[in-house]
Amino acid sequence: MDVRRRGGQQAVRFKAQVTVTLKQSILDPQGSAVKRALHAMSHDNVLDVRIGKHIELVLESSDRESARREIQDIADKLLANPVIENFSLDVTELDEAGGGAG
Amino acid sequence: MVFPGSNCDADCYRAVESFGVDVRYVWYQDRDLGGHDLVILPGGFSYGDYLRAGAIARFSPIMDEVVEFAEAGGLVLGICNGFQILLECGLLPGAMLTNAVPRFRCERVHLRVENALTPFTRLCRPGQVLSMPIAHATGNYYADDATLDHLERSGRVVFRYVNREGVAAPEANPNGSCRSIAGITNERGNVLGMMPHPERACEAVLGGTDGRLVFASAFDFLSGGGKLG
Repeated sequence: MDVRRRGGQQAVRFKAQVTVTLKQSILDPQGSAVKRALHAMSHDNVLDVRIGKHIELVLESSDRESARREIQDIADKLLANPVIENFSLDVTELDEAGGGAG
Repeated sequence: MVFPGSNCDADCYRAVESFGVDVRYVWYQDRDLGGHDLVILPGGFSYGDYLRAGAIARFSPIMDEVVEFAEAGGLVLGICNGFQILLECGLLPGAMLTNAVPRFRCERVHLRVENALTPFTRLCRPGQVLSMPIAHATGNYYADDATLDHLERSGRVVFRYVNREGVAAPEANPNGSCRSIAGITNERGNVLGMMPHPERACEAVLGGTDGRLVFASAFDFLSGGGKLG
């Protein structure tokens, strides 16, 4: 476990993966264009394509719950626009071997 | 206002200057608007449109000042990327999506003045058809139906894409915007966001001067011609 001192408290390093998608009610012109291309490539069985964003963050926090709250806030304010997008997030603790921190 | 990636700032400067008024660039890292009467957020690709158009510029140091200025009733005009920034920072409702046909469109369009009582259109006739260029790939205005109904009822839809005859036909809508909306104001009417470029339609040599009406209206308003309700 990667433990540091942050503001006098023990801080652990976390990796967050945020997936931002257009709301289902919103037309996705890029997804439609890709679907048409796939059909032109004879993949007629592709029924739908939606394009979103995958964002990875590495941050230090005292525990998983506060890391999650902070990323939720970051996604609400900047990473996703709530008028047109939804997001989901996955937070994992990074081990000492630094798995995935690079 | 100049953000990293703005590219219509000089056009706006030249357009405003041609009215013989004092004009100055304000850098995005400044924290002072310098006592000006009209703030223009120009077109371009602030921060390379990373994440979403306007999403990062909205957190520039100067934007706190712009929001405060707007909330105090100051005139704010957001053009193209400036409109996107106004949406992202919440001064205007809704959001921009990729054009319905996902490509960059750069051409002249026709706009109908839907509300000629705003500080930015007071020298226009109601229903007047203006010609201006657009240049964007993310100008597909979206808001939910309740928001759109509210905007329409309160006269906040200021410009709509129309054909030469002034009819809001689907083929005259260049980007798929909800209800062919090209420009909206906030509730008080002192903040206007529009996708077309009035600053690129201010000299006959550039193909038209209809854009001058937007700036002339704002200066007429500021010179004591009108007060916001």
